Formats: sequence, structure tokens, C-alpha cells
Amino acid sequence: MAVEFPITSSRDEFLRWANEKKNEFDSLVPLHAALGIETVEFADSVAVMRLPYGYDLVGNSETGVIHGGVITTLMDASSGAAVWMHLMKAVPIATLDLRIDYLRPADPEVSVVCRATCYKSTRNVAFTRAIAFHDNEADPIASATGTFMLATKTVSIGGS
Amino acid sequence: MVEKLTSLIAEAKRLDDPRKLSDVVPHARFMGISFEHSAGELLGRMVFSEKLIGNQFIQALHGGAIGALLESTAVFQLLWDSESILLPKTITITVDYLRPGRAVDTYAKGIVTKQGRRVVNVRVHAWQEDRDKPIASANAHFLVVQEG
Repeated sequence: MAVEFPITSSRDEFLRWANEKKNEFDSLVPLHAALGIETVEFADSVAVMRLPYGYDLVGNSETGVIHGGVITTLMDASSGAAVWMHLMKAVPIATLDLRIDYLRPADPEVSVVCRATCYKSTRNVAFTRAIAFHDNEADPIASATGTFMLATKTVSIGGS
Repeated sequence: MVEKLTSLIAEAKRLDDPRKLSDVVPHARFMGISFEHSAGELLGRMVFSEKLIGNQFIQALHGGAIGALLESTAVFQLLWDSESILLPKTITITVDYLRPGRAVDTYAKGIVTKQGRRVVNVRVHAWQEDRDKPIASANAHFLVVQEG
């Protein structure tokens, strides 16, 4: 299964389409399905994803705090999706680097939300920032900056 | 925290056998991450499974899976090397993705580059079949004091 991006220059039309397809995007990525990562919303150059709390995510079995690696997955995923929302084109992308700052421990038993923004893209590279929080963006758990390499040809997502 | 974790680490060090280290980390178990001694060094290993895939059309590992292996390996290298019983807290980690991760097992090695009184710097490399062709590397800072 591959998702064909619509050919449109209208950002509103593109975002309406992307929001309708968001569950399909989630199911395309095995690790997102395995961890329960779901897309909350797509907006202009923005992707918001949620990670529900679960035992398989725990890094410290005595405190129940989730593993940093889970936050990495969530931030990488939403940042990559934000790049597509920025480009409005199904360009294959690859994470070049991702820096994550852990601002405070995540609370156990609560889901984590990540809002990622692609704020610049060039011919070859896209630049992102992201913030992870529980329910209040002003009280963040982690922040991230990422760079993504863009492939030079356009395909359907996952296709070749 | 952590009586269980610290006693497990102490026991693993005493027996010089790191294989049980990831038992106390549910996410490491879920991702198939474990630790082993190989030729005198501590290595992290992530056994391949379908759920680690980020792009199923080219069967590439998810960047988050590689990140989890790198961060876990850094933490356990730190616990293995130091006398401290405090679980290090990640302050920041930067992951560089160098090559696509293929659908095979991945290995990682951490090196403690600077042990400070409050902050420790660790570098980690991950590779698959060829150690000279790393698929990712990370640079991380950990806080190793109790915050009061």
C-alpha cells in the first residue's frame, strides 16, 4: 500500500486531504503501529502526533518513566511528517541528524504529544524543530531540532 | 529508585555478565535490545524484528529504533564503567544517521569520553555487518548527580 499525494498547489486542499488520510499514514509505519503512535493533526508545515502510555515504553521499571528512545521515535516521526506538510510533495526523506534536549522527566501513565514544525527547506535539506509535552505545551518534556535529506525525485509515499 | 536496578547491575558486574541488564528496562526488551560481552568489551545488540521498521517499502529501520539502541547502550556503558549507582539522566543526545539501517541485527558500542563530577559525555556508534561502516553515531550528555 502506498499513498499517492494529490497534485495541488492549494495548501488548504492539501491539508484537508492529509488530515483525512492520517490514520492511513500511521498504519504505513510498523514501528508507529507497534508503539501506538497516532497522528493528531496536520497543519501548515506542522505535524502533531500522540504516543499513548504503555508498559512496553517504560525505560525505568521502578518509576514507570518512559524510555528516551521512545521520545526519539515520536520526535523523529512527527518531524519527518512536518517536512511533508511543508513540501506538499511525496519526496522520500531520510533523517540526517536529530538533537533531543530532555527538559524534564515525562510523567508515568500519561500520553505524550509532539508538535513538529518544518521551518525551512532547500533543494536538498529540510530543517525542523519539535516540542514534546503532556497537555501543556508551555511545560515541555523535550525539545528537538532535526535535519532531513530530501531525495531528488518525487514518488508516492513508500513507493519507488 | 532503584534498589532492584542497582542490585542487578552490581550482580551483573560481579559475574562479569551483562546479559540480564536489559531485563529491568521494558522498552529495551520490547525493542529486542540486550547487552553482551564480546572480546572484553560491552556491546549493545538489537535483534531485528518487523516492528522496528520505519519504511516498509525499502525495509529500513526506524530512526527511533536506532536512537533507542544508541541511548540504551550509552546508559549501560556508563553504569558498567562507573562505580556510581545513580541512574544517569539524559540531558541531551544528538544522533547522526549515516546509512540506512537494514533488516538485520544492529550492534552498538559506547565510549565514555569525559567523566565529570556532574556531567558525563558518551559517544556511541552503531553498525550492522561491518563495524567499519557505522549506520549511526550519537553524542550524549548525562547528568550523574541527584538533583536537589
